[in-house]
Amino acid sequence: MQGAAAIREIAVVAFAQTDHRRTTDELSEVEMLMPVLHGVLEQTGLKTADIDFTCSGSSDYLAGRAFSFTLALDGVGAWPPISESHVEMDGAWALYEAWTKLLTGDADTALVYSYGKSSPGSVRDVLTRQLDPYYVAPLWPDSVALAALQAQALIDAGDTDEPALAAVAARSRTDASANSHAQVRGSVPQGDYVVRPLRTGDCPPVGDGAAAVILAAGDRARELCERPAWIRGIDHRIEAHGLGVRELTDSPSTRLAAEKAGAFERPVDTAELHAPFTAQEVVLRKALRLGDDVRVNPSGGALAANPVMAAGLIRIGEAAARIHRGESDRALAHATSGPCLQQNLVAVLEGDPR
Amino acid sequence: MSKEPVAVVGIGQTKHVAARRDVSIAGLVREAAQRALDDAELTWADIDAVVIGKAPDFFEGVMMPELYLADALGAVGKPMLRVHTAGSVGGSTALVAANLVAARVHGTVLTLAFEKQSESNAMWGLSLPIPFQQPLLAGAGGFFAPHVRAYMRRTGAPDTVGSLVAYKDRRNALKNPYAHLHEHDITLEKVQASPMLWDPIRYSETCPSSDGACAMVLTDRAGAARAPRPAAWMHGGAMRSEPTLFAGKDCVSPQAGKDCAADVYRQAGIADPRRDIDAVEMYVPFSWYEPMWLENLGFAEEGEGWKLTESGVTELDGDLPVNMSGGVLSTNPIGASGMIRFAEAALQVRGQAGEHQVEGARRVLGHAYGGGSQFFSMWLVGSEPPAS
Repeated sequence: MQGAAAIREIAVVAFAQTDHRRTTDELSEVEMLMPVLHGVLEQTGLKTADIDFTCSGSSDYLAGRAFSFTLALDGVGAWPPISESHVEMDGAWALYEAWTKLLTGDADTALVYSYGKSSPGSVRDVLTRQLDPYYVAPLWPDSVALAALQAQALIDAGDTDEPALAAVAARSRTDASANSHAQVRGSVPQGDYVVRPLRTGDCPPVGDGAAAVILAAGDRARELCERPAWIRGIDHRIEAHGLGVRELTDSPSTRLAAEKAGAFERPVDTAELHAPFTAQEVVLRKALRLGDDVRVNPSGGALAANPVMAAGLIRIGEAAARIHRGESDRALAHATSGPCLQQNLVAVLEGDPR
Repeated sequence: MSKEPVAVVGIGQTKHVAARRDVSIAGLVREAAQRALDDAELTWADIDAVVIGKAPDFFEGVMMPELYLADALGAVGKPMLRVHTAGSVGGSTALVAANLVAARVHGTVLTLAFEKQSESNAMWGLSLPIPFQQPLLAGAGGFFAPHVRAYMRRTGAPDTVGSLVAYKDRRNALKNPYAHLHEHDITLEKVQASPMLWDPIRYSETCPSSDGACAMVLTDRAGAARAPRPAAWMHGGAMRSEPTLFAGKDCVSPQAGKDCAADVYRQAGIADPRRDIDAVEMYVPFSWYEPMWLENLGFAEEGEGWKLTESGVTELDGDLPVNMSGGVLSTNPIGASGMIRFAEAALQVRGQAGEHQVEGARRVLGHAYGGGSQFFSMWLVGSEPPAS
């Protein structure tokens, strides 16, 4: 990142999320989204017309139809017409696009949202459609099987073992007890193997959910939020697609993104990691050099609620909310996409000194 | 805070055809990207980030294909963004990439858009039934034909105007080696005698379904200074969106299109688009959208757009050439179509458009739209750097 990019201070000033649930048959995606959009507007006192730029993330493949995001615009209230964009990615990357828009000075406020309903189909199978369409997708290797390959590689490398993975699962669900939005909370048995070495407890719940964030620049952020969560750095990197050419026990793209985001300049006190599978938390902790003194996933993380396409944005929102509440001064938020952590985003958020 | 000026220094596209059975999806995108790099005389290592766009993933049957395309586009170890804003996506993708340069996040960015429509059937890919919603009829033509009919009734335009647009665009395509349709024996009579598909839109007034990709290298002032060929400079860019359907929506001339154009003109210091802009490459998937967009974009008064078309103003040698490349009517890899418009505008001001070059084109508008006439993206590029 070049120096000038750091000139404009941009912060997360509001965050809202749904209560994530296994199914939301009675709600359309717009209906699921509406409460969180209203939530962030109410938190800031802003109206739709006060938002300079809007950006969202979602997937047609989850929705099962082309142009699924167009209907969400009805919920945003895009009249008079708005300056708006959409990424076919997790909402964390929509936030990244909005951040660049604010950096240019063309906008002072941005609404970012994302949503996903995994319940209508089998998300394990749907995600196989992300794989190389010629050589891999025809074999339908599902997302749990690929994560299990990664977990086994970690165990073989001596980086973890099954009891350690079970401890990650237990800690996440215990922490989620304090998170009313989480889907899986409290004491949850590790269960049987889904795909060896991963047990049900090592896997994320399948569910539906949405999240929204408002970004604001400089003094506007201070007006809208008592303690803005300033984005000190944000970067994302992608790795090769072929699992055979990757070192699955490491995440060089996460480490590089963290470096570019300035994560290693000073220690963080909190990290919200988008690790849908227990073993992936082990990989990310190593890549991010997180010590035992860092509070990891106080929300319960993706093991407690994993609405696909929103779970990454929720990590940024959760980290920001802790800063808003004064529970963190410097937090790292991470989002991932693709099989076995192929693509990763890291944001570093800070609150003003108290 | 001032923005970094954005320059287009490399442009590449594939020869658009109905089916590229000789290449994979990765092969298709890499071909366009390599040509853009060659044009800029850069290598993959010179690229800081990749921004890719395409229309619905159902068109190829690959969910979020950028994950699989990271290797082919040299993105490994770099940031990669995937934009999807319906038919306007090719334009939006270029604007997202331009923002990365304008914000000084990156110095040089590769942006690319593609569609390999032969992998599926695009018309039915757009026509999936949704519970409790009005079906979109059969493909985009069924959705837009009533809006064309409304335009004709509103303006009293003669029935023949649409065929004039198609005849012009298909002849322009003959001068563009990358265009999909090269109908050497085209005549106005043949266009007017072609079968009626969605009244009043005839077969020859409809876009084809293409496989193709388009790529651009965008860079900052320092990058432009190193470029081997003239740069196209971005003078303005904007996106606007409005809902698909709502009471009071003007489907013929949507407010979002007017607002988007006004924003671009403000940024670029355009007071009178008809006088200040030398040529327009606009998104015309059905012939009648040329006169409709001429009005929406402010090149003609309301109800007068068809007169520009009828009097030959929009011909390649006219006073305001429109769709010099042959337009969407001659080439339509949907996800790439917006970027092809943006790239054609840049080619023109760089003086690199070959046989379809408009002499002395200094300021050219590139335009894209999508969804139910609800997503708009536009940029205005010039042969000189922006004044500020």
